[in-house]
Amino acid sequence: MTPSTARSANFIHRLAPLALVAGAVVFSACASASGGMPMTPTQQAPMAYDASPGDPDPRIGLGAGLFDAEEAIWNLEWVSQSPPPPSFVGSTNSDLAFLGDYAMQGNYDGVMIWDISDPANPTLTTEYVCPASQSDVSVYGNLMFVSGEGTSGRLDCGDQGVQEAVSHHRLRGIRIFDISDVRSPEYIANVQTCRGSHTHTVLKSPSDDENVYIYVSGSSSVRPEEELEGCVAAGDDPASALFRIEVIRVPLDSPEDAAIVSSPRIFQDLVAPETHGASPADERMMEEAVARGEFVATIQGQSMVLPPQFIQPQLQRVMRERGGTGTPTAADSAKLREEIPGIIEAMVSQQGGGEDEDPDAPRPGPTQCHDITVYPEIGLAGGACGGYGLLLDIRDPENPVRIDAVADSNFSYWHSATFNNDGTKILFTDEWGGGGAPKCRIDDPYEWGADAIFTLEEGRMVFHEYFKMDAPQTSIENCVAHNGSLIPIPGRDVMVQGWYQGGINVFDWTDPDNPIEIAFHDRGPSDADSQGPGGSWSVYWYNGVLVNSEISRGLDIFRLIPSYYLTQNEIDASNTVRLDYLNAQGQPQYVFPPSFALARAYVDQLERSGGLSAGRIAEVRAALADADGGSRNGLSGLANELDREAGSSSDSAKVRTLAGAVRDLSS
Amino acid sequence: MKTRHTCITTVVFALATAACAGSTPEPQTGPRASAEELAELERLYEARADSARMNVNEADVRFMTGMISHHAQALVMAAMAETHGASAPMLILTGRVTNAQTDEINLMQGWLRDRGRPVPEVEIDGTELLIDGGPPMRMHGMLTDQQMRELDEARGTEWDRLFLTYMIQHHEGAVAMVADLFGTDGAANDDIAFKLASDIQVDQITEIRRMKLMLEELTSP
Repeated sequence: MTPSTARSANFIHRLAPLALVAGAVVFSACASASGGMPMTPTQQAPMAYDASPGDPDPRIGLGAGLFDAEEAIWNLEWVSQSPPPPSFVGSTNSDLAFLGDYAMQGNYDGVMIWDISDPANPTLTTEYVCPASQSDVSVYGNLMFVSGEGTSGRLDCGDQGVQEAVSHHRLRGIRIFDISDVRSPEYIANVQTCRGSHTHTVLKSPSDDENVYIYVSGSSSVRPEEELEGCVAAGDDPASALFRIEVIRVPLDSPEDAAIVSSPRIFQDLVAPETHGASPADERMMEEAVARGEFVATIQGQSMVLPPQFIQPQLQRVMRERGGTGTPTAADSAKLREEIPGIIEAMVSQQGGGEDEDPDAPRPGPTQCHDITVYPEIGLAGGACGGYGLLLDIRDPENPVRIDAVADSNFSYWHSATFNNDGTKILFTDEWGGGGAPKCRIDDPYEWGADAIFTLEEGRMVFHEYFKMDAPQTSIENCVAHNGSLIPIPGRDVMVQGWYQGGINVFDWTDPDNPIEIAFHDRGPSDADSQGPGGSWSVYWYNGVLVNSEISRGLDIFRLIPSYYLTQNEIDASNTVRLDYLNAQGQPQYVFPPSFALARAYVDQLERSGGLSAGRIAEVRAALADADGGSRNGLSGLANELDREAGSSSDSAKVRTLAGAVRDLSS
Repeated sequence: MKTRHTCITTVVFALATAACAGSTPEPQTGPRASAEELAELERLYEARADSARMNVNEADVRFMTGMISHHAQALVMAAMAETHGASAPMLILTGRVTNAQTDEINLMQGWLRDRGRPVPEVEIDGTELLIDGGPPMRMHGMLTDQQMRELDEARGTEWDRLFLTYMIQHHEGAVAMVADLFGTDGAANDDIAFKLASDIQVDQITEIRRMKLMLEELTSP
């Protein structure tokens, strides 16, 4: 399906600044690029939508403004935008957590709790001022956990900061609140850590109903031992606070007794990073090297240009072996190219397969993680840790065990991880530049500051492709991959993600080799003249809406709308999934209850893939329409028919899935 | 040929309706803040930003000023890659160093400018680095003139090896500068200074690990 097959009006709007104004009414002037004539609205069939947002991308050239920036939106519906209250405006909004009808929004000055039961009209229930960066927030039951890392965070929540380099007023770690009454959180405990908590993960293990666990990720400096006993920064000291994560156990019936129970050294013995082989950028450089006449080889998965000191003697040898003298010929060169893989292999095997020469001297790995995303239902976590992406077994919550590690020369700073729903893929983000830098300019490489998609194959992570928000941003918009979550579209891997001032986008990574953007929203720079703070810290799907924490502008709520890439049935099916709570680094398993929307969503997907003929699609739709609200007696038979047809379909698995969804409706 | 239609949406106070061709209706929900309220919030936002800018810690200023010299030297080193026969993985590394440190220099210059402090101007001419027209401040880990000459004279694998060796030294100096900053009373309370210093520390420790591995691969045949 290429853009040229699309026939009809697209869905881009430049939302003008005053769209925020109360009671305002939208007045639209429309122009056709081809003739300037207004078009008549028509009812669109899904496949009649545009596959592309247009050229040039409407995110380019948006006007700047704090609360009045120009906006571009595609395949999303804007539900509400709520600016921060006066007590928080001007301070950085950070991560989100969700509990029931509430969205908890962290801020460097504390936490805001929004009632989003009516997403079109969020109301601010609680403004809790308690400064500390980053104030990333999580929830479980009646508890709320907040990260403190900055050196100015105080135990007493005062806003005067901490001036002394060593102080017993300083909080760096986890604050714990009882939010049985969300209107007045009760500050019940702290757990101090050596490096503070940049972010944290709440793990509720299926095998433990008495405790929750918090994995603390701290990326700042180790504080002095005089301030917190046992904090040692030296990397070669076995007691070092580096090279580890902290695990806090929170007893649910006495959360005030929360304490660190272990400091797993999940980076121990991490030796030379295993890579996914040449990245596209590496390959391009290798191809260019070959074009220049250089010799390349792949050694332990790493492509490299072979130095002349190595090549010249080899060329001489090839020439001598044919009895030649003088200068090697092009034929010698070609022969050597063929021989090189064998030569390299022999050299590597002579050296014991590239094993470490001194196995007794493990090299220290990364010193910390940035994020650890736990997926308790499958017993795995993805750790984004310094220069590595880790796969962890978390079935014993106090002792996570590293199963696999990947590195990537295109990745600067492994930041966060997201699994797909069936646990067969994992996506890591690279927060190249730390989030404060503009990394989406036209000449910033696509592979840098992007997502990397891996499949999980028997506990190993296998690299497939990169994905990046691809609309060039200005040099005054900080932009790089940041936080997001999976959207429960049945049978597909679809995710929403924030890119700071690159806005948010929704993309499909069902095919790990061909991720594709399917929706977005973006604002112009927060400041017209220089880089001001702003952009999406994080955006998550929660019970039918996409909630975005905008660093300066507040809380945005969006909804998916039908598009070239997504049908109303798929959206309806996603809305049948309901969560009681959601944490940024805790991935829930999405379960789709039986529904007609679910069956229809699969039918739409079979229409898209061509897995059933157009005639058969129409018949199945008619049968579902008859049964919806009428008799479901025919559904069992329909399910059996579909099962029989599956074998001859080009999309057998999906036909069987549809059969199952139909059968579930019949009972 | 594909026909493209563009909708330009503007808001008109208290004026009703016109649905844009081919579009879904604009949602009429959410906005509750009035233009006056937003203007007031923006004034408050600016006032807080000004107040943060006025409340400057001298250790933060010294850190930013010194780190500009420090980063600028990394740019000089990385710029040699193209002309000194660097390998492909080294070109990726130096490209990343150049990109990251250029951005951070801009950020630090902006931070100083916003606070009315002298902004070191960076001039690079070949391998010569001038800060405000003179030699750079000699910060932790920076290469001596002799080390810089050695690097400039090396080519190919030898350049790769020397670059990695010296850039590890250089980065370790930056990490030490961050440690000094955090050890100073009142320092890094500024959100931007804290984040920049923490980012420099994390990024450079990560890059030091990567460079040590590259160096080991280079030196163990």
